Amino acid sequence: MTLEGHNITVAYDHRIAVADVTLSLKQGEITSIIGPNGAGKSTLLRTLNGQLPRSSGAVLLDGEPIERLNRRSISRRIAVVAQEAELRFPVTVVEFVLGGRFAWATHSGWGWETERDVDIAESVLRETELSDLSARLMNELSGGERQRALMARALATEAPILLLDEPTANLDLSHQATLLSLVRARCDQRRAAALVVTHDINLASEFADNILLMKQGRTVHSGKPEQVLTPEILHDVFEIRVLVDAHPVTGGPRITPVHEPISVNRDSRSV
Amino acid sequence: MNRVTLRKTIIACAAMAAALLLAIVLMSLLGSEPLPVRASLCALASFGTNACGLTQDQFDILFQIRLPRILLAAAVGGSLATAGAGYQALLRNPLAEPYLLGISNGAAVGTMIALVFFGAIEWTRPILAFSGALLATLAVYRLARGRAGATPERLILAGVIVTTFLSSVIVFVTVLMDATRIRSFTFWLLGDLSGASKTLLPVTIVIAIAGALALTLHARSLNLLMLGERDAFDLGVEVGRVRIVVFLVASLLVGSSVAASGSVGYVGLVVPHLARLSLGSDNRITIPAAALGGALFVIVADTVARTVIAPRELPVGAITALIGAPLFIYLLRRA
Repeated sequence: MTLEGHNITVAYDHRIAVADVTLSLKQGEITSIIGPNGAGKSTLLRTLNGQLPRSSGAVLLDGEPIERLNRRSISRRIAVVAQEAELRFPVTVVEFVLGGRFAWATHSGWGWETERDVDIAESVLRETELSDLSARLMNELSGGERQRALMARALATEAPILLLDEPTANLDLSHQATLLSLVRARCDQRRAAALVVTHDINLASEFADNILLMKQGRTVHSGKPEQVLTPEILHDVFEIRVLVDAHPVTGGPRITPVHEPISVNRDSRSV
Repeated sequence: MNRVTLRKTIIACAAMAAALLLAIVLMSLLGSEPLPVRASLCALASFGTNACGLTQDQFDILFQIRLPRILLAAAVGGSLATAGAGYQALLRNPLAEPYLLGISNGAAVGTMIALVFFGAIEWTRPILAFSGALLATLAVYRLARGRAGATPERLILAGVIVTTFLSSVIVFVTVLMDATRIRSFTFWLLGDLSGASKTLLPVTIVIAIAGALALTLHARSLNLLMLGERDAFDLGVEVGRVRIVVFLVASLLVGSSVAASGSVGYVGLVVPHLARLSLGSDNRITIPAAALGGALFVIVADTVARTVIAPRELPVGAITALIGAPLFIYLLRRA
């Protein structure tokens, strides 16, 4: 299972969102995309999923151009975790998670979940610590629990490629780690490949095998965390001074932003 | 585990189908002209052979007036409730309803154009009503769609705009009609089941059944679509194709029911809501249950409409709105 993007360019009415980006997701590895707001990270992820059209370049899923594959065969291989679920209808957690089995149904519209579908849903609910909440309604959950349910649904697809867009945004410290450990486990045990878009550089440093640093639609650097996460590179991209030292436990790069006081006159700040 | 299964769906639908059949029989006995119960049941059970001692007048009332009207009520109710459930999933909003969104008005304009210009040719009515419903649906969809899908406020506003615009079109066409037809026409606009046409009744019934089946067959896709188009796309739903199916089928259902009976309001809101409340949000059960429940609801509402001030009648739309409007306010406050 491979997902590759070659020279991807995406433009919206004359604005270039992604410019000539090439990347390849490797089995068993987590690749993290970091970069300032508006760098084109989410756009790139949506292009790799076949949702957004490219201006040029190619996306290959197992060597085949993605636009030639039908939705269900893509969805059996690529799962996306984003933050979109609109919950205006009362849906239980287990119903929500079973949605992940849609692409495996023999009929696209009708059809019922098989025993296997239910087993898979139960097992991912256990993995994401949601078993006790399975009969609850999604809109009764906290933001963090809901984010775990989104993750559970993605895992339920059993897709070997995971694309995650800010998966930890609503999570507290312990659940951030739990969630990325789940991704790590999929990569280690089932040879899955994951792409994680995140703003949390330290989390990327800890969990990612490769980091793709983007700015204004372009790849600025890519490589191992210790190659990419250097004070010089981060200063160039984020325009902020950072300290990089060794994480006391993992030994990987640890990033500390250094906030310099903004020089504005006192009167305007005192409001 | 707390989820809908095929078994649960079959049981629920079988129970509702039985209730529907019972309602058809019982409601055909009620009316301004009392019918002998035993003889009427016997005549109904023998499918319209009059060997049960009904007088010819009683027999005609039962088979020429009441039964066609009840079957029309069932078809209209089933169509509108199914269409409502379809629009709700498509627009990702439990407040979507053909009457409130102006889609019934679109179909009414189509029907009126058929009446005014092709009065003698009955089949032009459902066809033009369908076209009108389709155009109104597209207009609402385009107006209501924001970045986050159709938010309740935006959807209701889009519905108000389309409804008022089409209402003024209706006023213009009404002015073109002669005075004698205006009264019956106003009655029809509010939803009137008394004019069951022999040629259109079978068409309305077939469309109601086919439409409910078509949407039920897309129910699992609709379950995902209901939670966001992007999520549905990610999980393997052919969003564009499903959207077109719902557009066409729901418009066809609204068109055929409006052509037959005018705008019966709130059915598409009340019935799917009750179905979700009692059976959950899974469209594989909600849609067939709404279809059967809608039929039941309008049969009962119409029986009330034709009996409370008998021998005079109320338009059935007045009864459904009386129940629907308070529920709508409740749902809006919650949303």
